[in-house]
Amino acid sequence: MGTAAAVRESFQTENLSIFYGTYEAVKGISLPFAQNTVTALIGPSGCGKSTFLRSLNRMNDDISGSTTKGSIWIDGVDINAPGTDVIKLRQKIGMVWQKPNPFYKSIYDNIAFGPKYHGIKNKKELDQIVESSLRRAALWDEVKDRLKDSALALSGGQQQRLCIARALSVNPQILLLDEPASALDPVSTGKVEELIKELKEELRIVIVTHNMQQAARISDFTAYFYLGSLVEYDKTEKIFSNPDNQMTQEYIMGRFG
Amino acid sequence: MKPRTADKIATTVIVALALLIVAILIGLLGYILVRGLGHISWDFLTSAPQKIRAGGGVGPQLFNSLFLLVLTLLITVPLGLGAGIFMAEYARPGRLTNFIRLIVEVLSSFPSIIVGLFGLLLIVNYFDLGFSLVSGALALTVFNLPLMVRITEQAFRAVPKQQKEAGFALGLSKWKIVTSVLLPVALPTIITGTILSAGRVFGEAAALMFTAGMSSPRLDFSNWNPLSPSSPLNPFRPAETLAVHIWKVNSEGLAPDAAEIAAGASAVLVITVLIFNLAARFFGRYIYRKLTASKRMN
Repeated sequence: MGTAAAVRESFQTENLSIFYGTYEAVKGISLPFAQNTVTALIGPSGCGKSTFLRSLNRMNDDISGSTTKGSIWIDGVDINAPGTDVIKLRQKIGMVWQKPNPFYKSIYDNIAFGPKYHGIKNKKELDQIVESSLRRAALWDEVKDRLKDSALALSGGQQQRLCIARALSVNPQILLLDEPASALDPVSTGKVEELIKELKEELRIVIVTHNMQQAARISDFTAYFYLGSLVEYDKTEKIFSNPDNQMTQEYIMGRFG
Repeated sequence: MKPRTADKIATTVIVALALLIVAILIGLLGYILVRGLGHISWDFLTSAPQKIRAGGGVGPQLFNSLFLLVLTLLITVPLGLGAGIFMAEYARPGRLTNFIRLIVEVLSSFPSIIVGLFGLLLIVNYFDLGFSLVSGALALTVFNLPLMVRITEQAFRAVPKQQKEAGFALGLSKWKIVTSVLLPVALPTIITGTILSAGRVFGEAAALMFTAGMSSPRLDFSNWNPLSPSSPLNPFRPAETLAVHIWKVNSEGLAPDAAEIAAGASAVLVITVLIFNLAARFFGRYIYRKLTASKRMN
């Protein structure tokens, strides 16, 4: 398991297990997520990496029959503790999915919606948030002249960057990405990857991906999941050049999974 | 048989059936309009009916139908939306939820004459609301509410799950997601449902005879006090609707021009439903565009 829990990070999981009914989808995983890094979660389908990712901002709450054991620490608070304000928590953690899911609203409203709900009423301030979020997501130049148009009129790649901008609009400290580029064409994928590299300067990013080259290109740390367990976690260069575990090696070489 | 031949036959049969339905519809509409349009005049639309003399109109009945529609929608839309949202977003799936769903469906297929008699016993007599618009609206709610609940539930369920997830991840409350993210997307379907249930209000006669009554008091259209017995806006007065009037004139009308009045009233009813449909769709599209910034309704 390498140095997984050696340094205590302000964002990390500790012995995290997730059950669907009696089925243990994630088995006692401890992982740190350092500031200004990208951590890639890789592994074959059904290995629990998406479930793990979703649990980090308690998106599994809504699935009936799912229970969680162990801890997720953010700034010294266990977010699974009873009494946690889930709404506040989710403001700190943005999330973007495989399939772009912009709201059925204008481009402007997609971004302004979250901040408005969380108390920003000033029109100028909202305008600024919309512009800066779209700039951070490298979308501003493409949409600045049609902010009032429906977000659904954008292309898939633009929609995905809009979703990233939307996640950034409430100023999260952490960004969770669930295969954010797997539904996009190569050009859009390139843009999203570029974006991830830029964004890690400001926050920490956890990304689930099936694309090995992508994991190697953009991540600093890589965790290999198999059947709900963490097989290996280390610096990305180490995992991709000289992994300790035979299984990791085979998966990365594409011989299995 | 060759697959291609089978395909051809199937297509022909389906197209023929569709054409048949269209033909029946056009024939029916045409018949009603051709027979009735000639009788419609401003006077016919605004004056009160005559008992034995010729030349009566359907003014109060037309107004009653529209007013009853408003009252019924005032009851059904909030209740139906609330219950539908509950079923789609809050109720835990299980036996109880399924049981509620079953009851809702059975309720909507009740024969209207039974609902009318039930309304007479319970609403008109027991609760002493008398033959009144309110009694009629409550009886109609029995049919309309299940429809609204079902359609609302289905409309909410049809919204992609990812929309909800996106809302949660932004730190929105469930209520905020329901009202600001899901409702705008579900709206077109809900509006269609409202139009369908409104059609029932215009067309229903059996359930209204025993609840809203078969007579209208002499209405004074300059009296806007809702508590005055002669005010058209009084919801506690008896109110014969257009559909009930058509039935009554046809079966027991004494006026010499009873047949023409029935024909004219039928045409008025059909046209009213048509106008309401178009207006509701237009309004719905306008709201949908406002809420979603989209150019088209999808």
